[in-house]
Amino acid sequence: MIAKLLRTVRLGFKSLLLHKLRSSLAMLGILIGVTAVIWLVALGEGVSFQVQQQIADLGAKNIIVKSVKPTAGASSGRGSSFIVEYGLTRKDYDNIIAAVPTIQRAVPMREIRSIVRNGSREADVSLIGCWPAYYEINHLSTARGRFLSDADVNERLNVTVIADETVKLLFPYQDPIGKTVEILANNKVDSYVIVGQTENRSPSASIGSSLKGRDYNLDVYIPLRTLRSRIGDQVVTTRSGSREGERVQLSQITVTVGSISEVEEAADIIDIVLGKNHKDGDYSITIPKELLRQAAITRMVFNVLLVLIAGISLLVGGIGIMNIMLATVTERTREIGVRRAMGAKQRDIIHQFLGETVVLSGTGAIVGVAAGFLCFPATAGILVAIEKWLPDVWTTFPGSIQDLKPIIAPWSIFVAFSIAVCVGIIFGLYPARRAAQMDPIEALRHE
Amino acid sequence: MNLAAKITDLHKYYYVGDVPVKALRGVSAEFPEGDFVAIMGASGSGKSTLLNLLGALDRPTYGRYVVGGHDVSKLTDDDLSTIRNQMVGFIFQSYNLIAQYTVLENIEVPLHYRDGDPAITSRDRKHCVDLAMEVGLKDRLEHRPYQLSGGQQQRVAIARALVNNPHMILADEPTGNLDSTTSEEILQLLRRLNQQGRTIVMVTHELGIAREAKRLIYLKDGLITKDNTFNNTSAK
Repeated sequence: MIAKLLRTVRLGFKSLLLHKLRSSLAMLGILIGVTAVIWLVALGEGVSFQVQQQIADLGAKNIIVKSVKPTAGASSGRGSSFIVEYGLTRKDYDNIIAAVPTIQRAVPMREIRSIVRNGSREADVSLIGCWPAYYEINHLSTARGRFLSDADVNERLNVTVIADETVKLLFPYQDPIGKTVEILANNKVDSYVIVGQTENRSPSASIGSSLKGRDYNLDVYIPLRTLRSRIGDQVVTTRSGSREGERVQLSQITVTVGSISEVEEAADIIDIVLGKNHKDGDYSITIPKELLRQAAITRMVFNVLLVLIAGISLLVGGIGIMNIMLATVTERTREIGVRRAMGAKQRDIIHQFLGETVVLSGTGAIVGVAAGFLCFPATAGILVAIEKWLPDVWTTFPGSIQDLKPIIAPWSIFVAFSIAVCVGIIFGLYPARRAAQMDPIEALRHE
Repeated sequence: MNLAAKITDLHKYYYVGDVPVKALRGVSAEFPEGDFVAIMGASGSGKSTLLNLLGALDRPTYGRYVVGGHDVSKLTDDDLSTIRNQMVGFIFQSYNLIAQYTVLENIEVPLHYRDGDPAITSRDRKHCVDLAMEVGLKDRLEHRPYQLSGGQQQRVAIARALVNNPHMILADEPTGNLDSTTSEEILQLLRRLNQQGRTIVMVTHELGIAREAKRLIYLKDGLITKDNTFNNTSAK
């Protein structure tokens, strides 16, 4: 049985080698199809891996509660006419800690746009008042110095940690540690001593509507209490002549619970607690776990779509093979007649031609799998080429594309290979049957 | 005297559209083992049809055909294949070798289609080489058909026809594409095989070729009109 199979395969190779160009062209269709499946799935996996990674970075056990500025019509009468008051309060923070039994940690944060100055150099940054735990929650790491400490917060020190990009803008080619910067916020200027610098961190992509992509590289961190006492809750900005302001106590509270399974229940409790005091819905609750699920669904849809596209190219490859095989059968009618006269049964002829198509598609599939692995150098090469020669286009790419590393999914190799071989069998069956059902006498007479 | 094959009242009708064409209209003959029969006749006389029936490539419309003790008239397509493989060896006018195969591989072809698909053993291979030697292709074993002359190709075909040790060799104008010298060589080879006891049935339209046989069957309009045994052939 095995010997016969080997013989059929050998016979197939022999016949195909007779027409090398024709066979390679027929194979090319399958090759491209298989390679396309592997490449597309690998790229899709690469993108979705990055997306998943970014979501995981948010912390799957974290619930992010954010202040949301109400739309103009919905804004309540709180505060004076040009000052909008909204968002999470320190009272909310206490309430959440009291109400959620599974809570492990709740980290408040206040974020303001501000300008940081070093002499004549300026940077437009996000000023973040936070706790030391913020560092851990957001997976930040220090390039130089240290992050904020509990003592900094408790003693309301004028110390700051600034992010990588900010350092580049303010202290090009210098060590900023120990230097002093001026921070402008709320029309006040204060001096802060730099104690640390965070490492560059790729911005997280935006998934879902509730979570904006976050760029950590232009941040300036100061202790939350320092922010409160130096700048205050109320921030007034002057924009095109008119003054507008907002009064926000906390921009965000990151609540961490014990395990992923407790996330949803905790989020429900928080929603109830906050809902009492925030009838205008000026907050949002984001569960990364939900995003993980969404991302998983997106990834699946993505893969199905890609496999569909690649499947079409495999189908086209199959039609190409069928075309070649039909031509081959016609061309070799005489050979079929001779073999029949020598005692070949119909199924022998079917096996012979099916063997040829399977060898064709199988070889195409093997080479296609090999070519599939070229997606690593190919992707890297294309990205480098775009970065070098089309820098304008490059900058428009999101980070997940810029850092794209394809991940070859083992299942995609298996699927592509089996589909290719199946395509070979299915599209080879008709020509092979046609060959087998010829009248041997007619076939022998064929010129 | 054992019979290699026997046909009794063979009829073969074709339909061309709705019109029946009676290619054979009741042909009977016996082919004893070791016979060398030439079949002659004008084109359309039914000689090709008779050869196809003898070769189990087709079934008769009526009548009986027995080869090697098997009644072919009612066999299935697969069984006909087995009969062709085991009982009959074909030699064609245009050699019909398989282009992508070497001489040796061409001789092996019928071995691939033996009943039960036994693997080709080294003994089979040696048998093929012996046959190639016998037909005079000693140095040509690894050549491809396009590297051979017509006469050499026909020798390969003859070796291929012999490989399964058939009851009967059917030759359809075996010298039709060859010059007279080469024809003579091929005929000599056939005669030698016949002398070794092989039964040969040969279709030809040249009387000179037919005279090389022991017996001549003449067909006309689907009927045997003459069936003579040459007395002089035994002297050759």
